[in-house]
Amino acid sequence: MARAALTAGGKRGLILVSPPFLYALLLLAVPLATILLFSFWTQDYLDIDTRFTLANYVEAFNDPLYMQLLRRSLLIAGAVTLVTVVLAFPIAYFVSFHVAPGRKSLWLFLITIPFWTSYLIRVFLWKVILGYNGVLNSGLTGLGLIDEPLSVILYNANAVVITLAHAFAPFAILPIFVALEKIDRSLLEASMDLGETRATTFLRVTLPLAMPGVVAAVLIVFIPTIGDYVTPRLVGGPDGLMIANMIQTQFLKLNNAPMGATLAVLAMLSVTAVSLLFIWLNRRWLRGPK
Amino acid sequence: MTGLRAYAIAYLVFLYAPIALLPLFAFNDADIIAFPLSGATTRWFAELTQSASLLNAARNSLIIAATTAVLSTVLGVCAARAASMADWPLKRPMMGLIMLPLVLPEIIVAVSLLVLVVQVFGLGLSNTTIIAAHTLICMPFSIAVLNGAFQNLDPALEEAALDLGETRLSAFRLVILPLVMPGIVSSLLIAFTISLDEFIIAFFLSGANPTMPVYIWGLLRFPGQLPVVMALGTILVALSIVLLIIAEIMRRRGLKRAGLKDRGGFL
Amino acid sequence: MTLISLAGVNKHFGDYHALRDIDLEIREGEFFSLLGPSGCGKTTLLRLIAGFEAPDIGTLHIDGRDMAGVGPNLRPTNMVFQSYAIFPHLTVAENVGFGLRRAQMDKPDRARAVDEALEMVGLAGYGIRAANALSGGQRQRVALARALILKPKVLLLDEPLSALDKKIREQMQVELMKLQREVGITFILVTHDQEEALVMSDRIAVMFEGGIGQLNDPETLYRRPASKRVAGFIGMMNFLNGRVTATGPEIAVEVAGLGRYRVPAEQAPGGVEEGPVTIGIRPETLSLLFEGERTDRMEVAGRVDEVVYYGDMTYYDVAVAGIDKPLTLSMKNRIGRPVLDVGSPTRVAWDERSLVLLGR
Repeated sequence: MARAALTAGGKRGLILVSPPFLYALLLLAVPLATILLFSFWTQDYLDIDTRFTLANYVEAFNDPLYMQLLRRSLLIAGAVTLVTVVLAFPIAYFVSFHVAPGRKSLWLFLITIPFWTSYLIRVFLWKVILGYNGVLNSGLTGLGLIDEPLSVILYNANAVVITLAHAFAPFAILPIFVALEKIDRSLLEASMDLGETRATTFLRVTLPLAMPGVVAAVLIVFIPTIGDYVTPRLVGGPDGLMIANMIQTQFLKLNNAPMGATLAVLAMLSVTAVSLLFIWLNRRWLRGPK
Repeated sequence: MTGLRAYAIAYLVFLYAPIALLPLFAFNDADIIAFPLSGATTRWFAELTQSASLLNAARNSLIIAATTAVLSTVLGVCAARAASMADWPLKRPMMGLIMLPLVLPEIIVAVSLLVLVVQVFGLGLSNTTIIAAHTLICMPFSIAVLNGAFQNLDPALEEAALDLGETRLSAFRLVILPLVMPGIVSSLLIAFTISLDEFIIAFFLSGANPTMPVYIWGLLRFPGQLPVVMALGTILVALSIVLLIIAEIMRRRGLKRAGLKDRGGFL
Repeated sequence: MTLISLAGVNKHFGDYHALRDIDLEIREGEFFSLLGPSGCGKTTLLRLIAGFEAPDIGTLHIDGRDMAGVGPNLRPTNMVFQSYAIFPHLTVAENVGFGLRRAQMDKPDRARAVDEALEMVGLAGYGIRAANALSGGQRQRVALARALILKPKVLLLDEPLSALDKKIREQMQVELMKLQREVGITFILVTHDQEEALVMSDRIAVMFEGGIGQLNDPETLYRRPASKRVAGFIGMMNFLNGRVTATGPEIAVEVAGLGRYRVPAEQAPGGVEEGPVTIGIRPETLSLLFEGERTDRMEVAGRVDEVVYYGDMTYYDVAVAGIDKPLTLSMKNRIGRPVLDVGSPTRVAWDERSLVLLGR
C-alpha cells in the first residue's frame, strides 16, 4: 500500500534522534575536528603555537621513524585482516550451512564469548602462550617436535598478528555469517540443477553473494586494528610497535599534542585511503556491493 | 563435512585457549606464570581482597560501567526507535556519525577527547570524562542490540494502541516498552561489560582514580603480581560470562515474546 | 443520515499525490467498501479517517464534528489492522480489554464486557490464551472484538481478510456481514478483492490513482459501470469498438460485428458523446447456442477459439467476424450439455439490453 515517507513520522524520528546525535556531534565530531586543528599547530615548550603550519606534517614525512611505524601498522593491520578473515570464513560457512537452525545461536554465542572477556588479560595470556618458556614452546619441546623453543613467535610482528587475529575473530565471523544466512538456499539448488558441482556452485554463487559480508568483515577488522595499542606493547617487542604507541608517547610522554594529533590524522587518513582502495577494487573486480 | 566440523572445533580451541589458561594459573601455587603447574592454592584470591587500591579500582569501574550502561541504553533507545520510524532528511549521515565509534580505533576517540577536555577546556580528568567517552563507544553497540528489538515491532501495534484510546506516551509504556524490554536489558548488560573491560580510553582519560583495567595494566609490569592478576582475571571472566548468558537469555525471551524466529547473535 | 463526510480532501507524500479531491459521504449504519488496485489511495483514505494521517487540504467530519487536530485516540473510530496488530505480550482477554483501560469501569464489569465481546466473535473461553498461540482466523476475531468492545461509531477494516486462506476468508465474509447487521455500526472496508466488496457491501467506492472512479451499490456498479476502468476492474467484461451516431433519451450506436441498435440512455451510465465509443458486454449475458437450439434473442455466428473448464462453469472464447478480439462467454455446466471443442463452429446469443456504453 502507498505508505510512503510520512512527514509526521519523520519529524518524530528527527526529534528522537537528536539527543544521541548531538551527543555524538559534541563528543566525537567536535573532538575529531579539534584533533585536525591541532595537527596544524605546533608545541612551543609548554604553550601551543596556534599559527597555521604544515610543519608537523613535514616532520612526520621526513622522520623515518614515523613513516616506518605507519608503514608497519598498515602492514600488520593488513596481515591481521587477511589472517582473520581467511580463518573466519570457514567458521561462518560452517555455522550457516552445516549447523542445525536451532543450534546456530549457541555457536554464535560460543564464538562471541571470548571477545567480551577481559581484553588486557587475554592479550597478556597470549604472551604466556607464545613466550620462550611459554605454553606452546614447552608443549612442543615436551612432545619432541622441536629441540629448542621457537623465538619467532613472541616480541615481533608475528605475535601481534596472532594475538589480534584472535581478538577480532567474532568481528570477522559475524558479518560473513549474516551475509551467508541471507543467501536463498534454492539459489544453490538452482545452480546444481543447471549443472554446476558443489565446488563450482560455491565459487559461482555462494562466494559472490557472501562478498558484502566479507567486505564488511575486512573493514571492521582492518580499521580498528591500525589503532591498537595494547597488543604491540605487550607482545610486539621493539619490532612490533605500531603507530598508536607513538601517538600515546607523543601525548602522554613527550607532551607534544600537535605532533600526536598529526600522527593520529595521518593514521586515519591512511586507513581511510586503504579502505576506499579496497572497496573500489572490490567493486571493480569482484562486482561487490555498492 | 567432518573436515569443516573439525576445523570449527579447532577454531573454538584457538578462541578459548587463553581464557582456559586463566583459572589454571589463578589456582597455581607458584610465583611465575609457566608450566609445569605446582599444586593448587587459593592464596592469590585471598591476596586480592587485601588490596585497598584494587577495591578502589573495582568500585570505580563499577560506578563507571553502571552509569555508562544506563546512559548508552537511554540514548540507544532514542536512536533505535528513531531509526525504526520513517525517514527524515540526513538520516543516513546522522546515524552514520552515531555508529562511527564502532569502527573508529579507540585510540583516536581517546586522544581526541583528551585534547578537547584538557587542552581546549582546561578541565581535569575524572570518572566523568571516562563515562562520557564510554557512553560514546557503547552507544553503537546498544543501538545494534536495540535495533533488532525495535525493527521487529509491527508499527501497527503502536497505531492499534492509539486507536484504542492511548496517547503516544502511554502507548510507548503499555505496548512498546514491554516488547523491547529484553532488548533494553541486553543493551544494559552489553554496555556494562564493554565499559568494565575497556582499557585504552580509560588509560588516556582517567584521573587520579584508575579503573580496573588501568589498575591491571599497572600490575602487568610487576612479575610478582601476575598470579594475582590471573586470579582477578578469572573473577572478571566468570562475571562477564554470567552477564552475557543473562543478556542472551533476555534476547531470546524477547524474540519469543514477539513471536519471532531466532536469527542469531547480538550484533 | 450522513455519519462521515469528506470535502475536497487531498494528501501528498512527497511528490506522490495519494488522494485527489475526495468528496465523500458515508451513511450511518452502512457497510461501505473502498475498492481499488494497490496504490490507489484506499488505505490512505482509511488511515485519514482513523486519524493516522491528516489531509493536506480539505475537511473531515465524523458525526458532525470536525476532526482536524483530533488524534486517533480521541476519534469515535476503531480499526482492524491488516496485520491485526495483536499485542504479542498480552493474553487474548488483555488484548480485547485494552481499550477499556480509560473507561470508568470496575473489574467485574470490564471482565463481563470482554467475555461478551469474545462471545460475539465466536471466541468464548479463549480469554486466558496467549495471543501468540492463535491462528490467523482467531487473531482476526480478536482484532474485531478489541475494536468493537469500545462501541465505536465507525469500524475501519484494512484488508482484514487478505491474510486468510480462501475457505476461511469466504466464511469470514459472511460472518462480518452478519456481525455488521447485528451491531448496526458503520463498517468501512478497504479491499482490493472485488468479489469481497460485492458480497459484503451496501455501497462501494472504486478508487483509482487517488480519486474515486465510481460510487454505487454493488449491483449498479456491476451492471452499469460508468467507465471502462471500473468495468475492467470489477468482474470480467468484453470490450467492443463502436460508434455513437445519435444521443438523447435513446442512443443510436453501431457495434463492430454486431450491427446498429438504439439503446436507452441509462445504458450509458457515464454519459457518451457522438463518435467512437467502447461497448462492454458481460460474459454471462452471452450464451452459446448448441445444435438445433433456437433463441428469441439475437444471434451471431462464430468459431470456438479457446475452452476453459471450471467445473461448475465453462468459459469459451468465440471468434466472431468483424470483432477484433474473441468474445468471452460463460456457460453453466448442466447434465446433458456438452463441452465444445476448440475449432467447433457455433452461434452466440446476445441481447442489446446487456450492452454498456462506456465513454472515454
